[in-house]
Amino acid sequence: MAKHANPDADILDEVQEPVNEQVKGRSLWADARDRFFKNKAAVVGLIVLFFVTAFAIFGGLISQYEPQTVDFSLMGAMAVNGSPSIETGHYFGVDFEGRDLYARVVQGTRVSLMVGVVGALVAVVVGTLYGAIAGYLGGKTDDVMMRLVDVLMSIPFMFVLILMLVIFGQSIFMLFLGIGLIAWLDMSRIARGQTLSIKNKEFVEAAIATGVRPLTIILRHIVPNLLGIVIVYATLLVPQMIIFESFISYLGLGVQEPSTSLGALIRQGTQQMNNGTLWMLAYPLFFFLITLFAFFFVGDGLRDALDPKDR
Amino acid sequence: MSILSVKDLRVTFDVPKRGAWPWTPPMKLQAVGGLSFDLEQGQTVGLVGESGSGKSTVARAIVGTVPATSGQILFEGTDLASMSVGDRRRHRRDAQMVFQDPLAALNPRMTVGDIVAEPLTTHYPEMKRAEVKKRVGEIMERVGLLPNLVNRYPHEFSGGQCQRIGIARALIMRPKLLICDEPVSALDVSVQAQVVNLLKELQRDMGLSMIFIAHDLSVVKHISDEIVVMYLGRIMEAGPTHEVTTKPRHPYTQALISSVPIPDPVLEKARPRPVLEGELPSPLNPPSGCVFRTRCPKARPDCAEPKDRRQYENGVRVDCPYFEVKDALAV
Ligand SMILES: Nc1ncnc2c1ncn2[C@@H]1O[C@H](COP(=O)(O)OP(=O)(O)OP(=O)(O)O)[C@@H](O)[C@H]1O
Ligand code: SF4
Ligand SMILES: [Mg+2]
Repeated sequence: MAKHANPDADILDEVQEPVNEQVKGRSLWADARDRFFKNKAAVVGLIVLFFVTAFAIFGGLISQYEPQTVDFSLMGAMAVNGSPSIETGHYFGVDFEGRDLYARVVQGTRVSLMVGVVGALVAVVVGTLYGAIAGYLGGKTDDVMMRLVDVLMSIPFMFVLILMLVIFGQSIFMLFLGIGLIAWLDMSRIARGQTLSIKNKEFVEAAIATGVRPLTIILRHIVPNLLGIVIVYATLLVPQMIIFESFISYLGLGVQEPSTSLGALIRQGTQQMNNGTLWMLAYPLFFFLITLFAFFFVGDGLRDALDPKDR
Repeated sequence: MSILSVKDLRVTFDVPKRGAWPWTPPMKLQAVGGLSFDLEQGQTVGLVGESGSGKSTVARAIVGTVPATSGQILFEGTDLASMSVGDRRRHRRDAQMVFQDPLAALNPRMTVGDIVAEPLTTHYPEMKRAEVKKRVGEIMERVGLLPNLVNRYPHEFSGGQCQRIGIARALIMRPKLLICDEPVSALDVSVQAQVVNLLKELQRDMGLSMIFIAHDLSVVKHISDEIVVMYLGRIMEAGPTHEVTTKPRHPYTQALISSVPIPDPVLEKARPRPVLEGELPSPLNPPSGCVFRTRCPKARPDCAEPKDRRQYENGVRVDCPYFEVKDALAV
């Protein structure tokens, strides 16, 4: 007669909890956090990320030089005197113009992280809300909103961005604009797909039946339930954005001098590769790679931890 | 005056054809086709039918999440379709629903306290937090949950407890009408009785009128005053519980009753069973005439003719001209 959909019998009905104290519940987030911290690679990734971020923010404090200052004492003998050394205060050596590479890498890491995080933030906020609204309202609204995403996606963005940078001049603002414009598209599709399945759940129907307003339903019932997948995707989006910016910078169209990014530093490093100054490539590349790997590991760990099978 | 009066309710869904052009007209799926019943204040009507017979759609139409295509739903004399904004708000408070899947009906990211409080905070946003907390505590206790569990999350509860939470949420507004859509189908048998008894108790104490939905008669007969047997969105038989369950008339009701096992193995073995054969026909393309004819053991050629088959006998409506009164044990 019964469908036995719920295998656990009502034993809990019998369990008497201490009546006086308020029992603290364990949210699904807390469960996910425990699973995440059991994943060693993810934890290592998180620690690496922590240090890279600390390096980007506070690394400048122990630098002996300003990133823009050219050390004229090394002129002419860069390959010999400009190599990494503690005595000269150029921990990572100097770059091809005689500027302190340590200070430059700190600055470049900061810019690259910022590009990645801003891109991901735009994606999370715009993409999630856009997708959730389209999916929840459905019908014609959904059709129009998602066709617009299709159209935007079909534009070769790398090409448009390069054109924009060439026409309007290179600036970090243009770069952010370009990255912001594409970052949310995939996210909105993912959010919409999730919303379509969540909105048919009975708890949404219950909210509609009680008369909760649509925007409140989206923010209270839909968004928190798709946040898991959104967070996973966002952590994987950050390195994508960093790679994207690096590629643009590698082409020489990205961040403008005197500012710099990891991509721009790697480009300058490769150009000097034949001059026996390999450190100019090695240091920025090292930070670039560990940052990417750290993000990928953390993203992977989050995906396992937030996997919807917990429901 | 009845608190709820459903008159010739029809609900039709548009189902887009797969792979068709966007401008081809969608197919029409009639989930409910001409349903009528009345619910008196403080009474319970049981809606019974197989999966896909349109029971949930009726419930949704009554709470107003699905629009009626035609017909009327009169709540305290006012038609749902013609309600003003204020009336509609009142209706949202007065008619509440309990759902089939207890866990899916609770937002997994909200604490139980917030879930139960949501109707209150929606309709009385200015209510003081302390007052909300007090009301939540009261209703939790009323449905047999400890009020100190408010900070817990739904996945920490068993099915039966989740259903109690759902009931608490439905009752916190002190509604007049409670619609229970298969509230115990997903629960273990031992817990089913607890929840049904709780609902009965609450109904008596709070003077609720109820619609109780189930896919077989075994649960409904304990709680309903009247039973409506549905098949493919149409009424097959409707009448007082005692008549319908002990002297089933319609071939479909008889089949439904015989599909419920009798606890006594000897009786169970001995009884003849006109078990239901075949599948429920697609509601997109229902049989002509009597919709039950493709599976009816008594079907005759003229059952395919479209006509009104309504018969009344001893206060029971039977939509079959060839019905026979049978004793429930014999079917
Ligand atoms: N929103 C909808 N759009 C299209 N068809 C629908 C929709 N809702 C329900 N239906 C269809 O209407 C019919 C009746 O569905 P309903 O959910 O009311 O049945 P039910 O009696 O509650 O079944 P169950 O016991 O499985 O809950 C089904 O064939 C279903 O596919
Ligand atoms: S009308 Fe005909 S097909 Fe329908 S229930 Fe009666 S005998 Fe069966
Ligand atoms: Mg149903």
